[in-house]
Amino acid sequence: MPQSDPVYLRRFDAFDRVLHGLLMVSFLGLAATGLPLLFNDEAWARRLSRVLGGFEVAGWLHRVSALLLIAVFLMHLGRLARRLIRQRDFGLLWGPRSMVPQPRDLRDLVGHLRWFVGRGPRPRFDRYTYWEKFDYWAVFWGMAIIGGSGLLLWFPEFFARFVPGWAFNVALLVHGEEALLAVGFIFTIHFFNGHLRPEKFPMDPVIFTGRVTEAEMREERPDEYARLRRDASLDALRVDPPPEWLVRLGRGIAAVAVSIGLTLVGLILYAVLT
Amino acid sequence: MLGQILGTAFVAVMGTAVPVLAQKAAGPPNDTCLACHGDADAKSGTGKSVAVDAKKFAQSVHGGLGLDCVACHTDLAETTEFPHAEKLARVTCATCHDQASAAFDTSIHAQARRQTPGSVAPTCVDCHTTHEIRSAKDPESRTYPLNLPDTCGRCHGDPSIIQQGGIRAGNVANLYRDSIHGKAISRSGLLVAANCTSCHGGHEIRPKADAQSRVHRANVPSTCGACHAGIKTQYDAGVHGQALAKGDGRAPVCADCHTAHQIQRSDIGSWQLDVIRECGTCHADKIKTYRDTFHGQVTSLGFVRVATCSSCHGAHAVHPRTDPRSTVSDARLLETCRQCHVSATSGFIRYDPHADKNDRARNPVLFYSSRFMTWLLAGTFGFFGLHALLWLPRGVIARRQKRSSESSPDAGPDQTSG
Repeated sequence: MPQSDPVYLRRFDAFDRVLHGLLMVSFLGLAATGLPLLFNDEAWARRLSRVLGGFEVAGWLHRVSALLLIAVFLMHLGRLARRLIRQRDFGLLWGPRSMVPQPRDLRDLVGHLRWFVGRGPRPRFDRYTYWEKFDYWAVFWGMAIIGGSGLLLWFPEFFARFVPGWAFNVALLVHGEEALLAVGFIFTIHFFNGHLRPEKFPMDPVIFTGRVTEAEMREERPDEYARLRRDASLDALRVDPPPEWLVRLGRGIAAVAVSIGLTLVGLILYAVLT
Repeated sequence: MLGQILGTAFVAVMGTAVPVLAQKAAGPPNDTCLACHGDADAKSGTGKSVAVDAKKFAQSVHGGLGLDCVACHTDLAETTEFPHAEKLARVTCATCHDQASAAFDTSIHAQARRQTPGSVAPTCVDCHTTHEIRSAKDPESRTYPLNLPDTCGRCHGDPSIIQQGGIRAGNVANLYRDSIHGKAISRSGLLVAANCTSCHGGHEIRPKADAQSRVHRANVPSTCGACHAGIKTQYDAGVHGQALAKGDGRAPVCADCHTAHQIQRSDIGSWQLDVIRECGTCHADKIKTYRDTFHGQVTSLGFVRVATCSSCHGAHAVHPRTDPRSTVSDARLLETCRQCHVSATSGFIRYDPHADKNDRARNPVLFYSSRFMTWLLAGTFGFFGLHALLWLPRGVIARRQKRSSESSPDAGPDQTSG
């Protein structure tokens, strides 16, 4: 069997992949232009802010990236709304295809931890694992905290008509701290869980190609595989193998993103530890 | 003849020099001296040039007065035998210039000469020359305002003299040359620009540790204020000037922010950034909280389009917040913020530009937000860090098991599983 051509199944459609790509661009842009401010007494921060064209240009890039991220966020919400309202796809709200945390996720977490220490079998994950859901909701939390505080800081004169002065003190603090959390999380935990862990190392191309092999799904997400089989919907998900150019493009993008991300994490660690 | 009249008038002003004229009759006339010394190749027995340029002497302030050579070289007044003795007495300028000489005796230059035999410190002639002394108003004079920096720079810009003389201020001629005052002299040719003597005095240049020195800390504002009178008025009224007046040695004076010799235009970014650090040397807690703000972050990165200390507090007229004259007083804060934030409102100025996230009483919401964020970060990284650390070895084992189970049926490496 291993000699036969693998069967590919679609996991992410083009819309979600493009959104994730734009999310990457905007996130890297925000991180690179924002971190120098947070670590302003570091030599690398001064150099980086100069490379980016000074604080005026960096500030402009930061705001453009922020607008892109907001656009990505709104496009995603718009799509969810369409699927809920037009297509009446309530499976989004609960069940195996939903991103909403459910009791099963807690069981999977406990089971996964037990598997780590050799005290049980690997949980039979479905379409979205608990750590993927955490990543997903972290973006919502981040959008609210960083996005909200960012807008406050972008238009302080305007917002000062409605919010007390100390809100700007809090906004700057949480904007920076939450950014540190987001940057640190994405560039270490998300990279590890998604790409760098031994099962996937050096990378999982699924977010770029949108496809997984049938064998991979059976192994990684046995409950999803079993469910799709039961529903006789496996055939509908069958797609051609990813074209070579797409695989290469994905690898290239991932290599660039991981390099930038790990460099920034290295600089943060250097700043924090020295 | 005209020179003679002007010279007489000059001598009349310089009252102390008048007796010289009375001695005019005695001794050999200048032509006698110039018979030998007028030869440009005239040398002493030791080969040292003893030439005197008759023309230049005639143009000099002493020549213009019609002074005899022996008016200064007094030991030759009675001489009738020529050539005269090789070794002459040292010329004593104090004979006529007693006030300038007395002032010079208090100077760091005279002190150095008294303390160190063979000192490199200057005497009268090092700045004024010997036979070619011109009035300080003469553009050819070494003591003409536009020439003074070069005159002082002959020593204060010479690394070997600076080293020999143990001049702690270093190469101040270089620093001064690039300063706003130095450029005003060298590039703009401004007579009113401060040259060395404007601040240090001419003859009575005292060390700055000397309480009577014009550049002693306590006297610096008055020295600068001699030209910058409007600024001095502001400074004197401000909290720093008041502290200085009370004898507080920590109170900043002009040179602390502006430096002594490297004074820059106040719109130069790098200097503005230096001033922030200077304020921070005393106001350590305030600079710390300033660095927590966007203003402080941007200036720390090296850009100055945002508020520095003086943007809000003023530069020279710094007053305590409780003083209605203060730019950060309740009455004036809105106007101050509006310098940049044009549409700032009364709500806007409730922002705390020196908020301290560790000060629960002053900034309660910020305090709890900071604590919350710390725990959120620690919790998230702690949990998922541990999660990843546990996953890593298990993942390695799982990958190995998968490889061996896949490769065992046909006992060969499987390229599809990577």
